Amino acid sequence: MAPVEKDPVTGRYTTGHEWDGIRELNTPLPRWWILVFWVCVIWSIGYWILMPTWPLLNGYTPGILGYSSRADLETELAAQKASRAVWLNRIESLPAASVEADPELLTYARAGGRIAFEENCAPCHGIGGVGAFGYPTLADDEWLWGGTIDEIEQTIKFGVRNSNPNSHQSEMPKFGADGILTPEQIEQVADYVLTVADRSPVATLPGAAIFAENCAVCHGESGEGNKEIGAPALNNQIWLYASKLGNQTPEVRNAEIRATVISQVTRPRHGAMPAWSERLGPGTIRMLAVYVHTLGGGR
Amino acid sequence: MTDPEGNSLYARSETVQPRSVRGRFRSWKFLAMVVLLPWWYLAPFMRWYRGPGAPDQAILIDMGGRRAYFFGLEIWPQEIYYLTGILVVAAIALFLVSALYGRVWCGFLCWQTVYTDLFVQIERMVIGDRTRRLALDRAPWTLDKLARKGAVHLMWILIAGSCGIAFTLYFGDAPSMLPAILTGQESVAVYGAIAVVGGFCYLLAGFAREQVCLYMCPYSRFQAAMFDEHSLIVGYETWRGEPRGRWRKGVPFEGRGHCIDCGVCVAVCPTGIDIRKGSQLGCIGCGLCIDGCDAMMDRVGLPRGLITWDSIASQAARAQGETPRHRLVRPRTLVYGLVLAVALGVIGWSLLGRTTTEMTVLHERALLYVRLSDGSIRNGYVVKIQNKIRSERLFNLTIEGLEGVRMSVIGGGPPLRVAPDSVGSFTVFVTAAAGIATGRRVPLTFVLRDVADGSEARAESLFVGPDR
Repeated sequence: MAPVEKDPVTGRYTTGHEWDGIRELNTPLPRWWILVFWVCVIWSIGYWILMPTWPLLNGYTPGILGYSSRADLETELAAQKASRAVWLNRIESLPAASVEADPELLTYARAGGRIAFEENCAPCHGIGGVGAFGYPTLADDEWLWGGTIDEIEQTIKFGVRNSNPNSHQSEMPKFGADGILTPEQIEQVADYVLTVADRSPVATLPGAAIFAENCAVCHGESGEGNKEIGAPALNNQIWLYASKLGNQTPEVRNAEIRATVISQVTRPRHGAMPAWSERLGPGTIRMLAVYVHTLGGGR
Repeated sequence: MTDPEGNSLYARSETVQPRSVRGRFRSWKFLAMVVLLPWWYLAPFMRWYRGPGAPDQAILIDMGGRRAYFFGLEIWPQEIYYLTGILVVAAIALFLVSALYGRVWCGFLCWQTVYTDLFVQIERMVIGDRTRRLALDRAPWTLDKLARKGAVHLMWILIAGSCGIAFTLYFGDAPSMLPAILTGQESVAVYGAIAVVGGFCYLLAGFAREQVCLYMCPYSRFQAAMFDEHSLIVGYETWRGEPRGRWRKGVPFEGRGHCIDCGVCVAVCPTGIDIRKGSQLGCIGCGLCIDGCDAMMDRVGLPRGLITWDSIASQAARAQGETPRHRLVRPRTLVYGLVLAVALGVIGWSLLGRTTTEMTVLHERALLYVRLSDGSIRNGYVVKIQNKIRSERLFNLTIEGLEGVRMSVIGGGPPLRVAPDSVGSFTVFVTAAAGIATGRRVPLTFVLRDVADGSEARAESLFVGPDR
């Protein structure tokens, strides 16, 4: 520690700190800075008294203003709900088809439905209902459980193959795993289904008889499907368990479809969907139904 | 901060207290003030009938309704480019005027200049001219000083407040808004805007004054770049004035210049500069020093025009004893004039061709195409139709560019119904039979026809098909 002395060059005092002959000048903080500091200290004391500040064992000091950002949020949410209630009440009081017929309600329901869809449905069905492997495309015109707006609303409400007593239930028999059909028969029926998908069924194929005997009861004589039991139509190029865009060459595409038919007949996969009435209000479900119905494929 | 000798490197800015003066340029400045200020305050009260239900204020920026009105013109937010156009025209006009006549904008028309001038006039009325104001500033605080200063600031605040109020009147119905403002019934936002605009008027015209021109304003900086030797600027004729010397009765002017070093040009300058040091950034080209100098020249019996509003070239010519020539038409002014004409032409042309219907078509992105069960391909589009007329309209939508397609519309129609003065949004599905659009993207044109008058709007888009 060197003695504190006045520096001849700057006229300032040194602090007494010295390293290798270099002495430190005493350069105090500017007055304005000190003032701001003390103002902040005083401000913080006022803040402790007025606002929630100190954590306690079972909570916190609420402050005499009793401010709470959570309460603020709740107020705002309540106001938001109240402003939406006007619309939701109208939507809930009308059948879905009437909501669609009213241009104003249709606009509101599609906007609200889109938000609800993106929050709840898009994880499986994709943004815009694009679908995914095993999850139906909602923008096309094939519907497993029916594509009228009421059928769509029913499916959203109660879901598919879940614990809700009103949900769609039905399963395809395990033709291969349970030994109903031999692997050879399954390959034959798959070859026949490929011709059904092209809408040019070849009745002379050995699979034709197997199809008529085992499959037609649910999927229809010409593979038109049955929405009552969720049996998909087989007479088109839309396949639930195949890649969605169908951008492969015909050979690759046919091989994929043949493989998926064989796999499905041998040991079928069954999709499931939650009963959304257990989570969403009736107005939201109606908006979702309107949104899905107007994605383009609604009947 | 100090230099090694201990002198401070910081110089406090001296308050400029301009002396009052009479003359041509002073009259022009008063004229600009009495034209511009009433226009600023009264323009929101002009009416313009636009039909029932529509606002009838001639100049109105309706933020809530998303419209800007300027007499017969209604601008939608989508047409903000008109504002860009106006700004471009204003900038080029500034270039042209600066190249021709110097800083006319700064000296006479700029609101900073006009309001500062008004504030100085108030100081002059209440306290007195330059010397009285300087003396009062130095004097100790007395009741008289307090009363005079208080009166000045009170009037400044009133004027600044009126400036803020006038600003807000452009954003609402002025005749109903003004009483509401004065009786305290307007929203916090309105009073906030008045406080901000009025506060800055008080601050900038009352205190900052020439500092705004010197340190804040970008235009004052770049206008000098528009000058050339033929631009008319305020200048001191050094060849005639120097060497300067004090005037004494009877002492002849032989062997010295005509500048009598009276300092009037500096005393009257609103930015406090000495024009005899040459053309400079601080000079706003108001010409008050010319008025001051001319009056002095008259008094000592010398010809006027020691400080002139003249070009450098013509000054040089006069110094050589030649006849000065004013060249207004020069390559620089021709180019500025041409660019200005082009900009005005483009705006005028687009205003004349401004449609009452506009259509935008957005191709669905989340799903470029959908393969339907019969193998056909469907594309989705969001079609937005702007109906800029205050009556409901019906439109027919058709497609050109792809034959044999089906179209369906969600959101009502056909025909598509669009409410008055609003945007109609429709989802349009276009379906093409299998194979038509396979492996390619087909350009599509949507054609919108007004059912009533047959007018058309078009928008381009694409039809996307699968690769195979």
